[in-house]
Amino acid sequence: MHLFWTFLKIGLFSIGGGYAIIPLIQEQVVHQQAWLSEKVFTDIITISQMTPGPLAVNTSTFVGMQINGVVGAIVATIGCILGGCVISISLYQFFQKHQESRYVATALKSLKAASVGLIMSAGFTILMLTFFESSDFSYKLLSQFDWQAAILFAAALILLRKIKPNPILLMCLAGLVGFFLY
Amino acid sequence: MTKLKFYSWLAGVNLFISTFTFGGGYVVVPMIRKYYVEKRALFTNDELMEMAAVAQSSPGAIAINLSVLAGKKVAGMLGVLISVICSILPPLVILGLISNWYAAFAANQTIMAVLKGMQACVTALIIDIVIDMYQLIRQEHSKLLNALVPFAFITNVFFNLNVIYILELSVGLCLIHTYYQQTKEA
Repeated sequence: MHLFWTFLKIGLFSIGGGYAIIPLIQEQVVHQQAWLSEKVFTDIITISQMTPGPLAVNTSTFVGMQINGVVGAIVATIGCILGGCVISISLYQFFQKHQESRYVATALKSLKAASVGLIMSAGFTILMLTFFESSDFSYKLLSQFDWQAAILFAAALILLRKIKPNPILLMCLAGLVGFFLY
Repeated sequence: MTKLKFYSWLAGVNLFISTFTFGGGYVVVPMIRKYYVEKRALFTNDELMEMAAVAQSSPGAIAINLSVLAGKKVAGMLGVLISVICSILPPLVILGLISNWYAAFAANQTIMAVLKGMQACVTALIIDIVIDMYQLIRQEHSKLLNALVPFAFITNVFFNLNVIYILELSVGLCLIHTYYQQTKEA
């Protein structure tokens, strides 16, 4: 039960998703509850980047698993996603219901525009990671520019714009290329 | 198509998408577009953008929020249930399996190489959908909305401004603008 509440709290306060919520999870899981050590937590982040699924879900699965096995993993994960699901459905219903209101329509439009900008910034961060293996700016980064990754990226983007292939197929293909390249 | 067949399609798509969402929640947006919008025409690109905006403005994992919204849209509450279960199952199973020998997994060169290749592809997927979405925003012919995209991008990347403040500022600015317009018309 305690596990459920902690992850419900994590889920509720993690607006923005992705890397923005790492410090929040860390605070709860490592510092307040002491369920995991600093080292294990860093490992989880590394693993989360390599496995599918959102970071919050992965962390809750991992922590739940360590504390109470499979049941723990399921309880923690449900706690973590419950708040977000309920709120996003209610919010969407609200926007649908008040479509004719000029202010509500404006609010939704502005959220759309801002969220495109935010997706763009997520794209930029991952672009930096792909090309330079670091998202911090500095001059010495230029020397570690990854040409192969850049070419692979460009090829994938051209394919996407021109022939619109299945994204999952393209992912597998890129994975295969990576296997031979690196 | 029968109902049962539709629900199993929904379950399959969510399992499939969730298994392949490496590199953060945003990859789900192009995936949902491929299956729900382009292949089945269950809703439009503009509606997808609305859902993505709501998913992003709500707490929790964006990927999960978005697939729940898409499920609600196409199949009601049952769709929500199917989507949520099927999108958390793959990470749950995969992480459950590897949680015991994760150190060996993280050090594996082959896996790293495959992931590096996939990362380049994920980047391309995100850039691709950003281009399309930005074009949709431009169709609104509003200078303010057009400006919000680079505003959110720059404040987030270069000034590390918290996402909550970016969203609040954007909504605030647009509401003030609408209010101003309305008083001008009146």
